Amino acid sequence: MEQPIIEINGLTKYYGSLKAVDNLHLAINKGEIFGLLGPNGAGKSTTILMLLGLTEPSAGEARICGLNAARNPIPVKRKVGYMPDNVGFYNELTALENLTYIGRLNGIPEAEVKDRARNMLAEVGLEAAIHKKAGAFSRGMKQRLGLADVLLKQPEVIILDEPTLGIDPTGVRDFLELIRQLSQAQGLTILLSSHHLHQVQQVCNRVGIFVGGRLLAEGNIETLAANLFNAAPYAVQVTLKTAISETNGLEKDILRLPAVSKVTIDGTVVEISGQEDITPDIVRFFVQHGFDVTGVQQKSYGLDEIYQRYFENNLKENVSNEKSSGLFQRSFFSRFKKQ
Amino acid sequence: MKSQAAYFNGLFSAGSKSNNQPPHQATNPFFAMVRKEVADQVHSWRFIILAGLILLTFLGSMYVSLTNISKAVSNINDPDRLYLYLKLLTTTDGSLPPFHIFIGFLGPLLGISLGFDAINSEQSGGTLIRLMAQPVYRDSVINAKFVASLIVITTLFLSLNLLMIGGGLIITGVSMEPSELMRILCFVILSVIYVSFWLNLSILLSVKFRQPATSALTAIAIWIFFTVFYQIIVNVIIKAFLPSPDVLSQDQLVAYNRIILTFLRFVPSQLYTDATTTLLMPSVRSLGPLTMEQMAGAIPSPLSVRESLLVVWPQVSGLIAATVVCFALSYYLFMRREIRT
Repeated sequence: MEQPIIEINGLTKYYGSLKAVDNLHLAINKGEIFGLLGPNGAGKSTTILMLLGLTEPSAGEARICGLNAARNPIPVKRKVGYMPDNVGFYNELTALENLTYIGRLNGIPEAEVKDRARNMLAEVGLEAAIHKKAGAFSRGMKQRLGLADVLLKQPEVIILDEPTLGIDPTGVRDFLELIRQLSQAQGLTILLSSHHLHQVQQVCNRVGIFVGGRLLAEGNIETLAANLFNAAPYAVQVTLKTAISETNGLEKDILRLPAVSKVTIDGTVVEISGQEDITPDIVRFFVQHGFDVTGVQQKSYGLDEIYQRYFENNLKENVSNEKSSGLFQRSFFSRFKKQ
Repeated sequence: MKSQAAYFNGLFSAGSKSNNQPPHQATNPFFAMVRKEVADQVHSWRFIILAGLILLTFLGSMYVSLTNISKAVSNINDPDRLYLYLKLLTTTDGSLPPFHIFIGFLGPLLGISLGFDAINSEQSGGTLIRLMAQPVYRDSVINAKFVASLIVITTLFLSLNLLMIGGGLIITGVSMEPSELMRILCFVILSVIYVSFWLNLSILLSVKFRQPATSALTAIAIWIFFTVFYQIIVNVIIKAFLPSPDVLSQDQLVAYNRIILTFLRFVPSQLYTDATTTLLMPSVRSLGPLTMEQMAGAIPSPLSVRESLLVVWPQVSGLIAATVVCFALSYYLFMRREIRT
């Protein structure tokens, strides 16, 4: 078994009494694209900052390429390219100047630094804007420049914090395609955080769902779905022409089919869920029993459902948390009113 | 510098052991940062405007002193009359203050304008976090900002004074005493220290406040407080608390005067004015009141450079201490702060 390139063991971070990251364990292998998925304020950015050694963890450790990020931040930063959310550049410098500056900070020899910056800008599709001031860049162009900036140091690991925030849909597609190509071409490990599940679904090999500082689940999308809907990962919805009069007998008959675990009948619609995909058997069953089937729809669980499901579970906790903050607010406002 | 930076890293990251830097690094990242900061400062409008302002006052006061120089040099009662170049810096006919008084006034503005957005504009622009993600030590950022501004200030003052010396040589043809050169160089160093105090104060405020406007206004408020209100407040308090001078003996009067002077010397510009006056006028022997016993037998002649420096040494060390305290505070706050936006 290969040593994972990113290893997080029991990472915890407190901001005052607020627990931003709670006992996080995670391992990411070389060449993987890992998506950190979670709502705003879930602790994704804090985790990333701790990975880079930019914030000290309260407990636990993060190791990148075998190096402890909190103890050896400089060698770690040499190997990791990081693009923050709202990436910013020196507005009064041109794209090329911005990149050469970062190149110099990374110790690229003076003779090479301009050429390498130029090549990088061409690679991310900014050759036309090479001498344009970064202040005049659009959001999407800045994001591309940010990617060039990350790649310039030839990192082993790339960490992208909300890379698709604020770009239009075509821009997002191009950007994600670029990331995927780069990962394949150079064997890079990529960790990206996002709250856009569809985008994560497009490029990531594996995702981790991160809510309230805790990693609720990790794995590829199929395993996640299987974990969550473990009772019945596959569901088929069959629509019939006429409503079923005698439901009980039919239900028992369907349940006798292999791998079926649940059946609900509602007028003309029959929903069957089970452990395996047996859509052909189900259709055959209905036809053999003389029903007129007008539609068969297979349901698959995307990240949407997974996301929704996790947040529903989490909602209950939030409600109890909000009580105390609500109390605080009330007293604050009442004090205001008195004045 | 490099080894020092490595030492600091060891201090703050609790003993990093492996420092596997590539053997031949092209440019030290610290100097790359200094280079970029200097370029930024020199290209920025605020520096161009303030440097232009200082150049204008320099030319104005030089013009005034050059037109009055013959009168000043032929004044037999003045023991300093033979120091032509010091006279160039200090002579005036009252229409325009001499150059060092101008610097006492404009120096703080220069320092504030160079430093007030050092850290917070990088943070709000999102460049600080990107910078910190590069393999550079955190303190390099603040050190580079300080060193870059220091280079800019030193270059400005040194070139202005050398310009003055060169111009004086061409116009008057009088050769220069080594002690004069020493005094002028000390004046340059003193001005740099004075401006860097205000620079560090504004860097400190830029670490503390997130909005550049807040830090700039606070720095200017501190400057105005010290230049205008502090003297007024001290005077009001003196009037309220001190007994009437008529009932005091000579000794008591001297003692009270010393206390008042001590309070007035909390103002950086007062320290600067005291120090420059002593350096540029070799006959000044004391900055406080002198008793008759002390004056008895003294010949009104210029002091040597060393003795002038001894007279102003408390002022100089006070200025250096204030500068170092400001820098240390901003260093501490910057190293401790969360850099996320």
